[in-house]
Amino acid sequence: MAAIELRDVRKVYPGGVEAVKGVSLDIADGEFLVLVGPSGCGKSTLLRMVAGLETISAGMASIGGRVVNTLEPADRDIAMVFQNYALYPHMSVRQNLQYGLKNRKMEKAEIARRVAEAAEILQIAPFLDRKPRQLSGGQRQRVAMGRAIVREPSAFLFDEPLSNLDAKLRVQMRGEIRRLQRTLGTTSLYVTHDQLEAMTLADRLVVLNGGLVEQVGTPMELYERPASVFVASFIGSPSMNLIGIGSGAIEGLTGLGTMPGVPAGRPFTLGVRPEHLDVTEGESTAGEVTLLLTVTNVEVVGAESFVYGRLGGTGPDVAVRVSGYSRLEPGVTLRARARPGALHAFDASTGRRLT
Amino acid sequence: MVENRPWLSVATHVVLIIGLVIVLFPIWVAFVASTHPADRFVSGVVPLLPGTHLIGNYAAVLGEGARQNGLPPVGPMLVNSLVMALGIALGKIAISLISAFAIVYFRFPFRKIAFWIIFLTLMLPVEVRIVPTYQVIANLGMLNSYVGLTVPLIASATATFLYRQFFLTIPDELAEAARIDGAGPWKFLKDIVIPLSRTSTAALFVILFIYGWNQYLWPLLVTTDPDYYTVVMGIQRAARATDQEPLWNLVMAVAMLALLPPVIVVLAMQKLFVRGLVETEK
Repeated sequence: MAAIELRDVRKVYPGGVEAVKGVSLDIADGEFLVLVGPSGCGKSTLLRMVAGLETISAGMASIGGRVVNTLEPADRDIAMVFQNYALYPHMSVRQNLQYGLKNRKMEKAEIARRVAEAAEILQIAPFLDRKPRQLSGGQRQRVAMGRAIVREPSAFLFDEPLSNLDAKLRVQMRGEIRRLQRTLGTTSLYVTHDQLEAMTLADRLVVLNGGLVEQVGTPMELYERPASVFVASFIGSPSMNLIGIGSGAIEGLTGLGTMPGVPAGRPFTLGVRPEHLDVTEGESTAGEVTLLLTVTNVEVVGAESFVYGRLGGTGPDVAVRVSGYSRLEPGVTLRARARPGALHAFDASTGRRLT
Repeated sequence: MVENRPWLSVATHVVLIIGLVIVLFPIWVAFVASTHPADRFVSGVVPLLPGTHLIGNYAAVLGEGARQNGLPPVGPMLVNSLVMALGIALGKIAISLISAFAIVYFRFPFRKIAFWIIFLTLMLPVEVRIVPTYQVIANLGMLNSYVGLTVPLIASATATFLYRQFFLTIPDELAEAARIDGAGPWKFLKDIVIPLSRTSTAALFVILFIYGWNQYLWPLLVTTDPDYYTVVMGIQRAARATDQEPLWNLVMAVAMLALLPPVIVVLAMQKLFVRGLVETEK
C-alpha cells in the first residue's frame, strides 16, 4: 500500500520526440486512478515510467515516499498486468505465479500460501497445472492478474489489460478488476483508451492529450464539467455535440441568450450532450434553447436510439438521445429542446471551458 | 492443396516416387556393394542385388581386417567424427545463443556493426579462409587434436542469425514481465529464452551436427595422425589405393557406417526438428 507521486515527469525519446511533456499527479493510497486518452497521448509511456520500463527523462516519481527514478522495476514494489498478458508460455500457471516470488528467494511455504490464495480469489485453482496456451482469453487474463496479486505489491499497474478480450468478457472482467481492487485496497494505475472502461473503473480519471494532462477528476466531474472541448468530446458516448457560435444567428438554433461566463458578442463553442436534448412537439417557450434538426440517420441500440440530424438542415451534425425505439425517418424535421443548465461553453480558439 | 482430383494425386505421387528413386538409388548401390566380395567388382559390372559377404565385410572394416589394406579401423574414426560433430554443434549453439542474446536484448555501442560483421562472415566459409586458419592452428600447436578439429569451425553466423530472428519474435512484454519479476539477464536467458527456443535449438542441432559430421577438407588438413582421422575423410583414405584395385566393398561398408549416425540423429530429433522449422511456440 502506498501513494504514488509524479512531479513534472517528462519523457524525451532519443529521436527528440517528447512523449510526456511534464505531468504531475498525486495518487492516494488505495486509489484507483485511470489514465485515459487517444493513442499516442503518452499514457502508456507514463505508466511504463512508473513501472521502470522506461527511463524518466526529467522530473521525479516516487512510490510510497521513495523516489524510484533510478530503481530497477523489480525493486519498485509494483506489479504490472500487460495487454497481451505476457505469461511465460512454457511454464504452467502455477510456475507463472511463482516465478517472481522464487526470484525473490521467498520461502516455499509462503509461496504456496500466496499462490493458493490468489488462485482462490481468481477462481483459477483448477487450471494451476495447465500451460497458458490451454486457457481461454479470460482465464489468461485472470492468471495475469494472479501474477500481480501474489506479489502483494504496493501498487498495481495495468496497461490496457482488457483490450484483447471480447466485448462481453471485457465487461465482466472490468467488474472483477474493480471488485478485486476494492477488496485488496491496493493503489492502482490503469491505462486505457476506452472511455467507458475509464468511467466505470476510476476513482479519479486523468485525461491525457499530447503528453499533457487535460483534466483530472472523478468520472462525474469530468462528465459534468469538462475542462476543455477535448475532454468534452472524449468522455461520453456518443460524444458531446459541439456547435461553433459566431456573432450572427445560427440557423436552426433559437433561444440561446447570453451564456454565463461568455462576454456578449465573443465567439465560442457551445456544447450539449445528446442525452440532454429532448424531442419536443410544441413551440419553444421563452428562455428555452431549441434546435431544429433535419434527421439524417437513426441508430437503434435497444433501450434507446440515437437520432442524428443537421442543425437547420445544413449546419453541423447533432445527436439526440431518444429512449426506446425511434421510428423517425431520415429527412424529417425534428425539434429538440436542451435541458436547462446542460449547456457548456468553450473558448473558440483555446478550447478551454469558459463558465 | 485445395483440388482433390484423382489424376492429380497420381501425378504427384509419380513425381515423388521418381525423386525418391533418384535419391535412394546411389545409397542402395553402396549398400549392395558393401555386401559382395572384393573380386566381384573387377569385372566392371556393379551388382544390383545384395551378396553374401555382408557380415564379413563389416567385420573387416570394424575390426583389424582393414589395416592390411592401409585402412585405419573404422571404430575409432567414428568416435572421432562423433566428438568433432558434437563439439561443433554444441559449440556453435552455445556461442550463437549468447551472441544473439547480446545483439537482441542489450543496447551497447556498435551493436549494429557487431551484428553486420558477424553476418559478413557468412561470406567466408572454411574453404576460403583455410590457409590462414591452418597457419593459426598450426602455430597454436593444435594440429592432430580434437580442439584443432572443432574450434575453427565453431563460430557460426547462420546460427546467430537464426537465433536472432527467433528472439525477435519473443514479445517484448515477456522480457518486461521478467524484469518486473526480478529476473536479471542471466535468469531471463536461462528461465525464459532457452526453454522457449527449445525447438529451434533442436532443429539447429540436427543441421549443425550433420554439418560437423560431413566436414571433409578441414580434417584432411589438420590430421596427419591416424588416431584423429574422422570417418568421412577415412572413406577417401580407403579409396586411395596405390598399387592395387581399391577394395570397393570395404570402402562402401565404411561409407554405410558413416551414413548411420546422422540418420539416427535426424530420426531421434525428427519431431522437434520439424516443429522447430515450421512453428514457433508462443
